[in-house]
Amino acid sequence: MALDAKIPGGPIAEKWDRHRFDLKLVNPANKRKFNIIVVGTGLAGGSASATLAELGYNVKTFCIQDSPRRAHSIAAQGGINAAKNYPNDGDSIWRLFYDTVKGGDFRAREANVYRLAQVSNDIIDQCVAQGIPFARDYGGLLDNRSFGGAQVSRTFYARGQTGQQLLLGAYSALMRQVATGKVEMFPRREMLDVVVIDGHAKGIVVRNLINGKVERHAADAVVLCTGGYGNVFFLSTNAMASNVTAAYRAYKKGAFFANPCFTQIHPTCIPVHGTFQSKLTLMSESLRNDGRVWVPKNPGDNRKAGQIPESERDYYLENKYPSFGNLVPRDVASRNAKEQCDMNKGVGETGQAVYLDFADAINRNGKDVIEKKYGNLFQMYEKITAQDPYQTPMMIYPAIHYTMGGLWVDYNLMSNLPGLFVLGEANFSDHGANRLGASALMQGLADGYFVLPYTIGGYLDGNAKADVTTGHKAFDESEKQVTGRIDRMLSINGKRTVDDFHKTLGRIMWEYCGMARNNEGLEVARRMIQELRAEFWENVRVPGANADFNQSLERAGRVADFLEFGELMIIDALARQESCGGHFNEKFATEEHEALRDDDNFCHAAAWEHTGDDREPEFHKEPLEFENVKLTQRSYK
Amino acid sequence: MTKTINLTLKVWRQNGPKDKGRFDTYHAENISTDMSFLEMLDVVNDQLTIDEKAPIAFDHDCREGICGMCGCVVNGRVHGAEKGTTLCQLHMRHFADGDTIAIEPFRAMAFKVIKDLAVDRSSLDKIIQAGGYVSVKTGGTQDANAILVSQDVADLAMDAAQCIGCGACVASCPNASAMLFTSAKVSQLALLPQGKPEAAKRALNMVRTMDALGFGNCTNETECEAECPKEISITNIARLNREYLKAGLFSTSM
Repeated sequence: MALDAKIPGGPIAEKWDRHRFDLKLVNPANKRKFNIIVVGTGLAGGSASATLAELGYNVKTFCIQDSPRRAHSIAAQGGINAAKNYPNDGDSIWRLFYDTVKGGDFRAREANVYRLAQVSNDIIDQCVAQGIPFARDYGGLLDNRSFGGAQVSRTFYARGQTGQQLLLGAYSALMRQVATGKVEMFPRREMLDVVVIDGHAKGIVVRNLINGKVERHAADAVVLCTGGYGNVFFLSTNAMASNVTAAYRAYKKGAFFANPCFTQIHPTCIPVHGTFQSKLTLMSESLRNDGRVWVPKNPGDNRKAGQIPESERDYYLENKYPSFGNLVPRDVASRNAKEQCDMNKGVGETGQAVYLDFADAINRNGKDVIEKKYGNLFQMYEKITAQDPYQTPMMIYPAIHYTMGGLWVDYNLMSNLPGLFVLGEANFSDHGANRLGASALMQGLADGYFVLPYTIGGYLDGNAKADVTTGHKAFDESEKQVTGRIDRMLSINGKRTVDDFHKTLGRIMWEYCGMARNNEGLEVARRMIQELRAEFWENVRVPGANADFNQSLERAGRVADFLEFGELMIIDALARQESCGGHFNEKFATEEHEALRDDDNFCHAAAWEHTGDDREPEFHKEPLEFENVKLTQRSYK
Repeated sequence: MTKTINLTLKVWRQNGPKDKGRFDTYHAENISTDMSFLEMLDVVNDQLTIDEKAPIAFDHDCREGICGMCGCVVNGRVHGAEKGTTLCQLHMRHFADGDTIAIEPFRAMAFKVIKDLAVDRSSLDKIIQAGGYVSVKTGGTQDANAILVSQDVADLAMDAAQCIGCGACVASCPNASAMLFTSAKVSQLALLPQGKPEAAKRALNMVRTMDALGFGNCTNETECEAECPKEISITNIARLNREYLKAGLFSTSM
C-alpha cells in the first residue's frame, strides 16, 4: 500500500497556512452533531479535548488514572521550546525547524517539523494566558534557558516542573469544558480495542478499572493520545501505568506502526541500584547546563570522587565535542556514557554510572544560584540516593525515556485507518530518530491545541455522518474478543507473576535492543521474546476476578501486548540496516563511533502492517524527502 | 550501603465502599533499605500472588512524587513521617529492622474507599471544575511577553501551583477540609494578572463546591501544611479567605 503523507504543496513556510485555508470548515451548527472520542489526557489529549469542546464538538475523554491530571506529561521537568527569540540570540522558526530535523538525525518529516516550529510560539502565548507561572526575569518578562542540544536559549520553564504546570494548564482548560458539559470525562478506563466499521474508526471498547465492566463508546472519530511505549523495557522513566496497549490494539486493527525501534535513552537518570527497582528517575538534562560530566581517566580507579585530582579526571564530553561540550544531544551523551562504562571507567557501586559535577558551577555562581535553578532536582536526588549533590557529584546513567516511534500518521495526524487520529508521543512524526530536549511538551501541545482542531474538521466534513450505535455487530465482536482475552488470562493460574514476566522482557530489550544493537543480538532477542510470550500464556498467574478493581489483571493485559510489541521493535531494528539517532547498530558506525546513516537505502519511515498473529508484519515505506535541509553527518564537535 | 530489614505490616483491607474493612498482618522480609515504600509493597504483592492470596490494591503511577496518585497513611502519618515527601519517594532506609508499620487509606467523607488503600478522589476534580482555571479559549491570545509578572509574584504563584492534588491535606485534616487544595489554585490564579478578572467568582464557586461535596471546614489546625508533600503554605488559605471575603463584600456575582 502506498503511504500518502498528504503533505501540502508549496514552499515549506507556506504549507500550513495554505492547508488551513484549503481544509473544509465544519459549520458551527454542525459541530455539535459530531462526537469525538479522545483517549489519554496528557498534554496532547488534555489540550485536544479542551480545544475540540471549545469549538463545539461533543467530546468523550478517557484516561486510565483516577484523574486526568495524573497523565505522565506531568513528570516532564526541563521545559518547552519555542522560537520566540526573546533573548535575541539568533533563534527563529527556521532554526528551531532545522535543529529539530538535524537532532532527529534526518528521519523526521520536514513539513510536520516546520509546522511544529511555527506553532511553538502560539503555545507559549496560550500557556501564559492560562496562568502558567513560567520563570520570569527581573523586569517581569519571560526567562529562557538553553537546553540539551541547542546553542540558543529557547526553552521556557517553570522551575523543574514545566510538564506539571503545562499539564495542569491543559487540565484546567479540560475541567472548564467538563463543567460546561461539552466534555464527558471517563477516568479509570482502559481502552482495549478500536472498533472499525466500513474501514473507519467509529468507537472504542474500554474496561472500567473499578468494576471490570466492558463498556462501548461510539463516535465519528477517535483520537489516541496514549503516550509512548518505553515501559517495554520495564525499567524506564515512564510512569508505572504507561503502556502500548491502546496503540498496539489500533495496530492490530489495521493502523500502521512506524519506526518502533526509535527509542530515546536519556543520559541523565539516577543509576539502577537493585533488582527490586520498579522505575528509573530522570534528572532533568537542564542540569547539563551547569554540571560537568566526567569519569576517572584510569580504568578501574575506584577512589571517591573527591580524591581524584583534576588531572586524573576525563571530562569526556567537553574533550570530545568542544563546541557543544556537555550539551550534546541525548543519544550522543548516552552512548558516550555507555562507552566510558564499557571501558571500565564507570563509577559507583555498580560501575554503571558517570559523574555530573556541580562543584565548578557552585564556586562560580554560589550555592544559592544553583539551588534556585535546580533545588527541587537536587532534593529529589538526595531523597532517592541519600547523597547530597551540593557536596559530592551526582551519579547518572542513561535510561529509557521517550519513544520517537509510534502509529503512522499523515500531515493531518490521521493514521492510515480513516477516522483514527494519533497525537503526541503516540505518533511517530516529528522527532525522527532522536528527540531534542524540551520538544516533547512542544509537540504534545502543538498537536492538541493547534493542529488537530483544524485537521479533524477536514475529515469530518468529508465523511458524512454515519449514525453508528454501540449495537453494531462490530462492537459485539470487539467486546467478545476483549472479554475472551481477559478470561483467558485469568484462567491460566500459572506460577510466575505478571511483573516477573515484565522484568524478564525488559532485560531482553535493554540487553539487545537498547543503547547499542547488533544483528546477532537482535535475532537472539527475537527468539527469546517468542519463548517468553509462549510461556506467559501458559504460566502467568493473574489473581482475582474481572468484576473487581484488579490491578494485576490491568498489568497482565499491558504486559501481554508488550510481549508482542517487543518483537515488532526487533523486527524494525533488524530491517533498518543503518545507525541513526537512538537506533545504534554497532555494524554501522563512523570511525569516531558515531551513528552512520545510510541515506541511499534508509531515508524513510518504516511503517508496519499487522497481518495476523504469528505472521510477519508487512513493511511499508514512506520515503522522506528533504527539500529544505541538507542531509549531513551530524557533528557536535 | 544497602542493607536489608524485616518488617511486620498491618494493612487495611477492604473489598469496596460497602465492606467494613479490617487490618490484616503480613511479613515483609529481606527488604532492601534502598527500596521505596511502594517497591516494598510490590515485593509483598508478588509474594501474596505466588501464595494464592489477594494482592493489596494501592494507587500509584509516576513514582517520582509529581503525579499525586499515590498516598496512604503510614503509622498515622499521611505519606509517612518524612517531611515534604510523597509515599513513592519515601525510602525504606527510614525504617528499622523489626518495625511494625500500619498502612491505611486516606480517610475522608469525600474520599470513598474503592479497594484496600485506593480511594476515590474525583471530588477534587469537581472543585477545579467549579472555577480552577482562567476562562481563555485556545488561540487569539496576545504575545506572552505582553503580560508582565514580577519575579516575586511569579514565584509565589508557582509555590501555590506546585500542588499535586494528592489529597494529603484532606486526609490529615481533623475536619477533612480541602481548604489547602482549594486555596492553592485560588491563590495561584489570584496572584497573577491573568486570573484577576475572575478571582472573586472563582473563590466563591470553588469554596461552595467544596462545601457541597462533603469536605469539612477549616479550623486552622495546620495539619495540612505539616503533611503536604509539596509543602504548600497555609498562607494560601489566608489569601483564599481574603478573596472570598472580598467577593462577598464587593462582588456582583453572588
